[in-house]
Amino acid sequence: MDAESLLLSLELASGSGQGLSPDRRASLLTSLMLVKRDYRYDRVLFWGRILGLVADYYIAQGLSEDQLAPRKTLYRRGRGRKLGNQDPGDVVGSLNCMEWSLLPPATEEMVVQTSVVKGRFMGDPSHEYEHTELQKMSEGEKVFEEEVVVQIKEETRLVSVIDQIDKAVAVIPRGALFKTPFGPIHVNRTFEGLSLSEAKKLSSYFHFREPVELKNKTLLEKADLDPSLDFMDPLEHDIPKGSWSIQMERGNALVVLRSLLWPGLTFFHAPRTKNYGYIYVGTGEKNIDLPFML
Amino acid sequence: MCVVSLRGNLAWGCYGDRTLQLAEPLVPRNRLADLSKAATLPFYICIPPSSRTSFFLTPSMEDLTSPKQDKENQELGEARWPWEEIAASSQDPESGLSEPLESEQWLETGPQPRSSPPQSPQSRASPPLNDVRGPGAPSPPSPAPEASFIPSTLALAGQQLAIPWQSDRTTDVNPKAETPRSHHLEQSDQGESTAPQTCQSEGDTFQQSQQTERHLYGPEDVSDNNSKQKELRFNIFQEEDSNSNYGLDHTESGISEGAPSLLEIAVQSAKAYLLKTSSKSGLNLYDHLSEMLTKVLDERPENAVDIIESISQDVKMAHFRKKLDTLQNENEMLPIYETAEKQKALFLQGNLEGVDQELEDEIAENSLPNVMESAFYFEQAGVGLGTDETYRIFLALKQLTDTHPIQRCRFWGKILGLEMNYIVAEVEFREGEDEEDVEDEDVTEERDDGDSDAEENDEDELPRTFYKTPQVIPKEENRTGANKYVYFVCNEPGGPWVKLPSVTPAQIVTARKIKKFFTGRLETPIVSYPPFPGNESNYLRAQIARISAGTHVSPLGFYQFGEEEGEEEEEVEGRRDSFEENPDFEGIQVIDLVESLSNWVHHVQHILSQGRCNWFNPIQKSEEEEEEEDEEKEEEKGEEPEYMEQEVGPPLLTPISEDIEIQNIPPWTTRLSSTLIPQYAIAVLRSNLWPGAYAFSNGKKFENFYIGWGHKYSPDNYTPPPPPPACQEYPSGAEITEMDDPSVEEEQAFRAAREAAVLPVEEMGETEEDEDEDDDSDQE
Repeated sequence: MDAESLLLSLELASGSGQGLSPDRRASLLTSLMLVKRDYRYDRVLFWGRILGLVADYYIAQGLSEDQLAPRKTLYRRGRGRKLGNQDPGDVVGSLNCMEWSLLPPATEEMVVQTSVVKGRFMGDPSHEYEHTELQKMSEGEKVFEEEVVVQIKEETRLVSVIDQIDKAVAVIPRGALFKTPFGPIHVNRTFEGLSLSEAKKLSSYFHFREPVELKNKTLLEKADLDPSLDFMDPLEHDIPKGSWSIQMERGNALVVLRSLLWPGLTFFHAPRTKNYGYIYVGTGEKNIDLPFML
Repeated sequence: MCVVSLRGNLAWGCYGDRTLQLAEPLVPRNRLADLSKAATLPFYICIPPSSRTSFFLTPSMEDLTSPKQDKENQELGEARWPWEEIAASSQDPESGLSEPLESEQWLETGPQPRSSPPQSPQSRASPPLNDVRGPGAPSPPSPAPEASFIPSTLALAGQQLAIPWQSDRTTDVNPKAETPRSHHLEQSDQGESTAPQTCQSEGDTFQQSQQTERHLYGPEDVSDNNSKQKELRFNIFQEEDSNSNYGLDHTESGISEGAPSLLEIAVQSAKAYLLKTSSKSGLNLYDHLSEMLTKVLDERPENAVDIIESISQDVKMAHFRKKLDTLQNENEMLPIYETAEKQKALFLQGNLEGVDQELEDEIAENSLPNVMESAFYFEQAGVGLGTDETYRIFLALKQLTDTHPIQRCRFWGKILGLEMNYIVAEVEFREGEDEEDVEDEDVTEERDDGDSDAEENDEDELPRTFYKTPQVIPKEENRTGANKYVYFVCNEPGGPWVKLPSVTPAQIVTARKIKKFFTGRLETPIVSYPPFPGNESNYLRAQIARISAGTHVSPLGFYQFGEEEGEEEEEVEGRRDSFEENPDFEGIQVIDLVESLSNWVHHVQHILSQGRCNWFNPIQKSEEEEEEEDEEKEEEKGEEPEYMEQEVGPPLLTPISEDIEIQNIPPWTTRLSSTLIPQYAIAVLRSNLWPGAYAFSNGKKFENFYIGWGHKYSPDNYTPPPPPPACQEYPSGAEITEMDDPSVEEEQAFRAAREAAVLPVEEMGETEEDEDEDDDSDQE
């Protein structure tokens, strides 16, 4: 959710029960403004909160100058890591909502490395998880397995989890962005919200990331797509089927999508208005039990 | 028709023979010019034929129109002219070829050297834009329906332009294009002398057409110089209109003073091309472009060029939208109204109870919790629903307490579901008011018994099963153990409150083994392994019981054990299950509550693995039952353990510091709600075992709250229990075990051995003669 419309967004997302306390809200509004200035971001998004045992992480994302063209945003998510420090979209984290620190960009390596860590976050970026793994060692002809203790910093895990959540369940309504014939993606200024009938369908929502499934579609399936709007993967083909809970709240004035795969992610959109956004408030753990629970 | 338009708040207008909005009642002519100059914005004044000189528009111009004026108009009838445009804006080096420019200049500054007529680029561009609307505009007597006084010059001017276009389609070139400057001056003088005057466009348009005819046949008839000048202007706009040539109008008008040129013809053919109607959609590009430009100029989006494609699409879509409006809106809006209607009842209920006496009684025996206060504290903790939703829930709880005999009520929390959510209220009925429900449940139990009896009767023919159903653990009585409270749920505030059935131990035991999402519909069957006894309402009730038992905590000392309960009883039971509020509770420092978990205690009984809070000895009861039954079972009973160890859970009001860790994860997280203002902060407790369960305390008050999916946390994957081992069909033994077929040698050896054995047998006796004989015959 955009830091500037934080209060409205929090109100709209409050149905999931996870908000911010008044002092956090106030400090966020202040400190994100300063973050925007200091890092020279064009836009700052409040991403959410990861609940730790000792303390919570507050996460914000900064989008630099050209970020209104979300291709840069996607770039950050997808290929941006090749650029290293020039990565335009940065993730900043904070424990007290006032002092923000920049998180390194996520890499494949990190995701693999941290996938072995289970359990809750501590709330201390320097905390180190210990993981013992068997590594095959060969000394001459002998091959034997040795237990190696791997230290994984919580900061690494945090980065990788944020990246995974962004890739898996970041949502944007159809039509909010459009792709120009030359490739760059812009915010669609004429987007005026989904209609009610559209808002109830998962096909009207896209994964906010580089398309993965789109290329695998057959020509027949692509025939009905509008190339300027349907350039991302819709949610309806997510596996397992039913990994989203879509609800109309307040009569029909608000549509709320909750991810069951990453419990804690709430997407909201008020149909026929430009208000939409998502927030993650959760433990930072994937719900791997999902197939049993449906 | 007369329009003066400025962008912004200043807009004067008169349309048809009605006077429309007028920002300022009277603006002197020179002032008008100043204004427009100051704003450097274009504005147009269209003078109707009836009013040669009116630039001043008043709120009630019709009234102001003097009969004398009308008379004058009639006199000037022949010299009617449709309108005059004044684009009074800044200086533009323009060659003065076009008459409208002159006229505007004349308005501004009176007589001026012809060599430098001011003209802004904007005003130059606007006439053709207006002109674009031409083809789509209706016939002169009924002006364009979209007429509205938006502060856009173009929309207004466009409509007016329609009139000349319609009234005179012929693209004639006015031979009398030359008009002396002095006429303008004259006219302006006249204008000053006349009173503020109205514009009468409807009449004018007729006159206008008259005039144009006249003009066609012989412009020489026109006697008045003014009229000549006006006529000229009219003609120029006719030209512009028919040519529809952007940016060319001025040069065009200059050229057209001579003879029709090649350029003009080319322009006409281009326009004809643009007006060609598409055979597919029935639209033409000319209309489309004009609509697009109108939209752009009406809405004035920033960087319009970037979104021109979308605008084009929108304009096209607008053609289709209208037809569907009625159909779609009706359906789409319905649920909103329904909800609003439902919730309206919540807001009305307060007004219905009017009598003061009743109100006082009610306040005295109030069972309604102060939800808003708790919500305020939880907001400090950063959890909780929005204020609006909380208040609606508050009202819904009030409705619940008003309609049921409830002694105590509490907002328990919210459980998220796939399709709908549950709002859960925890209530305690007044003494003796909840009997009816007990009966209902007894009936269901009896029915179960009936089924088992029927099965027993059928047993004669079927093989008897050795499986003995384990002793059913009876559910706890209302007001005790897991059924201490009654729970009501509704899907949304204003919806009907549904009472959840009381929970049975079997349901709790199974609920511990499964993990399913709630759907939001109570009657949904739970498809799971192991099979859950009941539907979603039972599962929900079981989870509520588990969550309450695990997470309902209060500051140490807030509750104390009831004094009336005897010491002896305590010894017998080993535990006490009733408590009351401690009147002497003095509160605990918030900082102590944060720092030490031992200052928090559970005030809901722990549920044993049996599924009950108070242990039930199944053997004891089975003995009683079996006295009545046949001996067979008693024999079997001998195999069962004589004594089952009594399960003992932690007693009530156990500090939560004794809770078991979840694989090195502490079960609770405490913190202060605010570090900025710690002196007024509250202690917040978050359960890590049941994510979504919170408790707060400000030292004296406390509250528990749950919002989440209703699942227990486990760092490991959920693993459904393995299916039981396959049932043994028969005892495995030597007789029925399959053996290899004997080989020939073995057979021969066997035969030899047998023959040797048979002989002595035959000698010994004749009992098995028959069979042996058969065998012998076979062998021989």
